[in-house]
Amino acid sequence: MWPAVLLASALAFLTKWAGHLLPEGLLERPLVRRSAAMLPIALLAALTAIQAFWSPVGFTLDARAAGLGVAVVALLLRAPFLVVVLAAAATAALLRAMGWG
Amino acid sequence: MSDTAPGSQEGRGPTGSGSGSPAHAPAQGDGIRSRALSIGIAVGAYAISFGAISVAAGLDVLQAQALSALMFTGASQFAFVGVVAAGGGIATAVLTAFLLGLRNGLYSLHLAGVLGTPRAPLARLRGWRRAAAAHFTIDESTAMAMAYEPDAAATRRAFWTTGWSVFLLWNLGTLLGAAGAASLADPTALGLDAAIPAGFLALLWPRLVDRSAWALAAAAALGALLLAPALRPGIPVLAGAAIAVAGALLLTRGREA
Repeated sequence: MWPAVLLASALAFLTKWAGHLLPEGLLERPLVRRSAAMLPIALLAALTAIQAFWSPVGFTLDARAAGLGVAVVALLLRAPFLVVVLAAAATAALLRAMGWG
Repeated sequence: MSDTAPGSQEGRGPTGSGSGSPAHAPAQGDGIRSRALSIGIAVGAYAISFGAISVAAGLDVLQAQALSALMFTGASQFAFVGVVAAGGGIATAVLTAFLLGLRNGLYSLHLAGVLGTPRAPLARLRGWRRAAAAHFTIDESTAMAMAYEPDAAATRRAFWTTGWSVFLLWNLGTLLGAAGAASLADPTALGLDAAIPAGFLALLWPRLVDRSAWALAAAAALGALLLAPALRPGIPVLAGAAIAVAGALLLTRGREA
């Protein structure tokens, strides 16, 4: 695990550092700008879906999905990050304690 | 840590001619410290869940802390431990974290032009100052810096104050969360695995500013789920996201100058 932690950290730093070395004109390229805006949206959406609905046996609706539903409600109510995450975790824990998911 | 994602209000990147700043940015330098502190506290609270989830994913406290101190970019850290938790393999975890961190390179590309020193406000930073500025280049510090442009002194102060505030509180929160979860017998009994998708959604939420953002997110999510049966864990996320972005670029080709 340590090599991966350090390698990923080094890559993150080099990405940030590279911006200080490259010419700013790169930003004027529409393709660069638009891909950069889209990439986090697409990755975070895919991560959300897989983490909520996928398990080793396939597509699954379990306590995690219920937790995600509660998270959506919390976000709609403009709850802060920690509340969103805690609400999802508490929902899943409660459902499991009741023997579901 | 992206409730202040630069440009999210406008649906543009941080390059949108300084317009991607938080809506109520004051023109004066006053309030920089208190705003930076409140952003740091919000982010620090979120770091508690990052620390707890890291330990639930199988990292130890020191590894979680290393991610917060050295990687220091929330979405990538979250992705890293999320992929590890899902059994996605180390290489996939590194690659996913890297791709999510690419936007920081664009932030620093912009910041390099506006972060001088008090003596040479127009010059680019060099040496250790440049390295420190690079390390502190994240959603929050970029958004705060851009909120105070074109006032060079206030921009600088907003960037560094927010950077320090978030760095210190993010690491403190990580320590609390990781140490807390490490003291539990079974973190999954508390639903910490359900906290992972909720955390991703909370990071995604402020970026869903218009219909095309929603469409892109839906396409990526659906693509990842459809590809999941055929690919090894971790890969469907990258493939689904790549297909969605490529499709969006093709569909909107030439529409924006």
